[in-house]
Amino acid sequence: MTDLRKIIIDGMELEVDPRLTLLQACEEAGVEIPRFCYHERLSIAGNCRMCLVEVKGGPPKPAASCAMQVKDLRPGPEGQPPEVMTRTPMVKKAREGVMEFLLINHPLDCPICDQGGECDLQDQAMAYGVDFSRYREPKRAAIDPDLGPLVGTCMTRCISCTRCVRFLTEVAGVPEMGQTGRGEDSEITSYLGAMLTSELQGNVIDLCPVGALTNKPYAYTARPWELRKTETIDVIDALGTNIRVDVRGREVMRILPRNHDGVNEEWMADRSRFVWDGLRRQRLDRPYVRRDGKLHAATWAEAFGAIAEAARGKRFAALAGDLAPAEAVYALRELARALGGTTECRVDGARLPAGNRSAYVGTATIRDVEAADAILLIGSNPRNEAPVLNARMRKAWLNGCEIAVLGEPADLAYPYSHLGTGPADLDKARDGLAGAERPVVVVGMGALCRADGGAVLGRAMALAGETGAKLLVLHTAAGRVGAMDLGFTTEGGMEAALDGAEVIYALGVDEVDLPDGAFVVYQGSHGDRGAHRADVILPACAYTEETGIFVNMEGRPQLANRAGFPPGDARENWAIIRALSAALDATLPFDSVADLRAAMVSEVPHLGRIDQVPENAWTPLPAGDITDQAFGSVATDHYLGTPIGRASEVMAEMSRLSRSRSAPPLAAE
Amino acid sequence: MASIDWTRATRYFLLADFFGGFRLGMRYFFKPKTTVNYPHEKGPLSPRFRGELALRRYANGEERCIACKLCEAICPAQAITIEAEPRDDGSRRTTRYDVDMTKCIYCGFCQEACPVDAIVLGQNFEFSTETREELFYNKDRLLASGDRWEPELARNLELDAPYR
Repeated sequence: MTDLRKIIIDGMELEVDPRLTLLQACEEAGVEIPRFCYHERLSIAGNCRMCLVEVKGGPPKPAASCAMQVKDLRPGPEGQPPEVMTRTPMVKKAREGVMEFLLINHPLDCPICDQGGECDLQDQAMAYGVDFSRYREPKRAAIDPDLGPLVGTCMTRCISCTRCVRFLTEVAGVPEMGQTGRGEDSEITSYLGAMLTSELQGNVIDLCPVGALTNKPYAYTARPWELRKTETIDVIDALGTNIRVDVRGREVMRILPRNHDGVNEEWMADRSRFVWDGLRRQRLDRPYVRRDGKLHAATWAEAFGAIAEAARGKRFAALAGDLAPAEAVYALRELARALGGTTECRVDGARLPAGNRSAYVGTATIRDVEAADAILLIGSNPRNEAPVLNARMRKAWLNGCEIAVLGEPADLAYPYSHLGTGPADLDKARDGLAGAERPVVVVGMGALCRADGGAVLGRAMALAGETGAKLLVLHTAAGRVGAMDLGFTTEGGMEAALDGAEVIYALGVDEVDLPDGAFVVYQGSHGDRGAHRADVILPACAYTEETGIFVNMEGRPQLANRAGFPPGDARENWAIIRALSAALDATLPFDSVADLRAAMVSEVPHLGRIDQVPENAWTPLPAGDITDQAFGSVATDHYLGTPIGRASEVMAEMSRLSRSRSAPPLAAE
Repeated sequence: MASIDWTRATRYFLLADFFGGFRLGMRYFFKPKTTVNYPHEKGPLSPRFRGELALRRYANGEERCIACKLCEAICPAQAITIEAEPRDDGSRRTTRYDVDMTKCIYCGFCQEACPVDAIVLGQNFEFSTETREELFYNKDRLLASGDRWEPELARNLELDAPYR
C-alpha cells in the first residue's frame, strides 16, 4: 500500500490511494461522475469524454477523470492539496458539449430501441445534457454486422465507447470485435464479418451503454418498466451465477446477471442467459402414468396411487439429478430412508468421496482461483464447463498466473502449458506448483467420472498437500454439492445404489440410462430423456419457479427465489415428495418449506449460512491405483447440458453453430 | 278594514301577467334555438375533443404504432395492453393492442405519449354497445376505427399542432 494522498473533491477533503483514478476518487467521495466508456472491470479507454472534470493542479482544461490518476495532480505552490471540481460552470458546459457531440449521430429512435428505459445515454442526456440540438445536417448511417443469434446490432446507435471490444479481448479472451475507421467513419465491427463465437458474448449486451448491441431473442418483447425482477441463482452450471430473472405476467422474459464479486463478478454465460425460452417449451404440466406401454395424463391422486401400488414392499432407489435444490434432495433422502431404500446423487459416476468435504468441494474459493499464481487443471475444460470461471482464470493469467493442463488440450482463451493427458503425468506438475505462492489445483469431472477417479482425486490431493496448493473440484451440476452435503450417496456409487432396485425415483435425472425392468418415477420440469423412460411422471418446478438452496462448486450455499409460477399442475419439488410420502404411509415430518429448512439446517448447519463459504478441514484421501488412460472430457454439449437447455430453441441454434464451426471445412471451401 | 290596492287590482283585471307571460313565450318562439335535434343534428366539437380511441396508419397503409409501449406505461387506468415482437421484416410491431374501453377515462395521456401519433382520441362519442365485451377493443377494431375516422383525425392533429 502506498501512502495516501490528500485531495479536495468538491470542497471535501479526503485521503485516497494515489493510484486511483480521479473518477474512482470521486466515487469514494460519493460524487457521481457520468461515464460511458469507463467500466470497473475493463481497461481504461478514455474515449467518450463524458467524465470531464475541472482540476486544480493539473492541466488548465477539463480533464478526463477516468484516465487521470490522483498522483498525476500536483499540489499547489504552498503545498495545498490538488482540487477536483465537478459542479463548476466549466464542467457543466463540458458535459453538455460532450453530450451534444454524442447525440449528433445518435438516432432519436428510443421508442423502438430495446434499451429505452434502461439506457445510460437516455438517463445521462436527461441529467447532464441540454434539451435541444443545434445539429441540422444528415446523421451518420452504419451497416449492422450479423453477430449471430444472440447479439442483435443497430450500429447507428453506437457511441464508440469500445466496451464490447475491450470485454471480448480482455475478459472473454477472444478478440472478435474491433473498431475500424476514424472520426465519423469509425465503426465497431466483428473481424471479417464473422459471428461471435465466445460463450460469454451475451455480456456485451449488458455492457453496451446504448442500444447498439441488443438481446436478440428478447427483441421488442418487453420493456424494462413492465418486468418484475427477482434476484435468484442460476443452475445451468455449478458456478452458482447470481442472476436476476425478469418476469412479465407468468412468463420469464429475460435473465440478467447480478454482481457478486465472490462468484461471477458481473458476467454470465450465454447458456445461462439465453436459456429462458427453454422454460416455456417441453414443460411437464400434469402427471402422467404409463398404462399398456403408453403414457396417459392422470391426476395427482392417480399418479400417487400408481406409485404406492408399485412401490409397496419393493426395493427403492432414489437418484438426484443435476438441477435438484437441496430442499428436494433432503426430502427425497428422508423418504428413501423411511422406505429403506438407497440414495445417490453422483449420477454421472463421479468418484466423489462421501463425507469428505475437502475432497468433493475442495478448499479453494473462486476468489482464490482468481488470485492464484499457479493453476493446475486436471481433466477439466473450464471454458466448456464453467465459462465465467474460465474468464476469472484468464484474469489470473493476465495477472501473471502460470496455468498448466493435464488432460485433453483445448482452446481455453489463454495460453497454458500442456503437461500430459493422463494421471501418470501428475508428477510433472509438482515443480510448477511448489514454486508458486498461491497455487490452486482444479480437478474436473473428466478426471473423476472414471473408474480410477477416486485415486486420481487422492493423488491430486496429495500433490496439493505437498505443494501447499488449494484444491477446487470443478463441478458441472448445480445440485451436486448440496446433495453431497446432505449425504445423498451410497457406498459404491451408482452401481451399488441401483443394484437390485425395483423402484427408481429419479429426481430430474435425464443423463443416465436406467436399468430395464425397474419401475421408474420421474420427477422433473421438462419432458426430456428421463421422462420418456418413466412409468410415472410427476411435473415439478424449474429453478425459476421455486425457492431452494443451491451450493455452488466452492461450497457456497446460495438461495434461489421464486420468480414465477410453474405451468399447469406442476408443483414444488419438495412438496411433491412430501405429498407422495403420505401416499406411501411414510409421512415426512414437515409441512412447509420453513419446517423443512429448519430440519435440514439443524442437520447440515452450513446450508443455513447463505452466501458464506465454510472452511473445510483438509482430509487427504488414500491414494489408490491409477490407470494410464487419458483424461476424457465431460461429453455434454456446452449449450445442451441441461433439460432446460435442450428444450430451448436458442440453445439448439447455438449448439448447431458451434458444431458447424468445429467440423473440419470441406475440401471445396 | 284594509284599504284596496288599486294598482294591483287594475293589473289583475287587465290580465297583465297573462300578457307578460305571452310576450315572453313569443320572444323565445322567435329567438334562434339553443338545442339541437340530436340524432339528426350534432353540436360542434373542439379539435381537442377526446372521444373514441383509434389507431392510425400512414398514408401508405403501414400502421403507425411501433410498440414502444409508452401509452401502456402512461395509462392511469391501465386500460391498454400491448404485446410485441419483431415482424417478419424485422420491424418492431405489436402483435396485440387491446384497449379496455370500459376502463378508459379519456384523459388523452396515451395520445400525448405517443411519439408517432398512432393512438389518438377521435371525434366519435357514439360507440355504446349492448354488451360489455364489445367494448374490449382489439387491434383490428382500433385500426378499423382509425381508418374510418382518418380525415377527421388528421384534421384535428393539424389544427392542434401549433399548440403542442
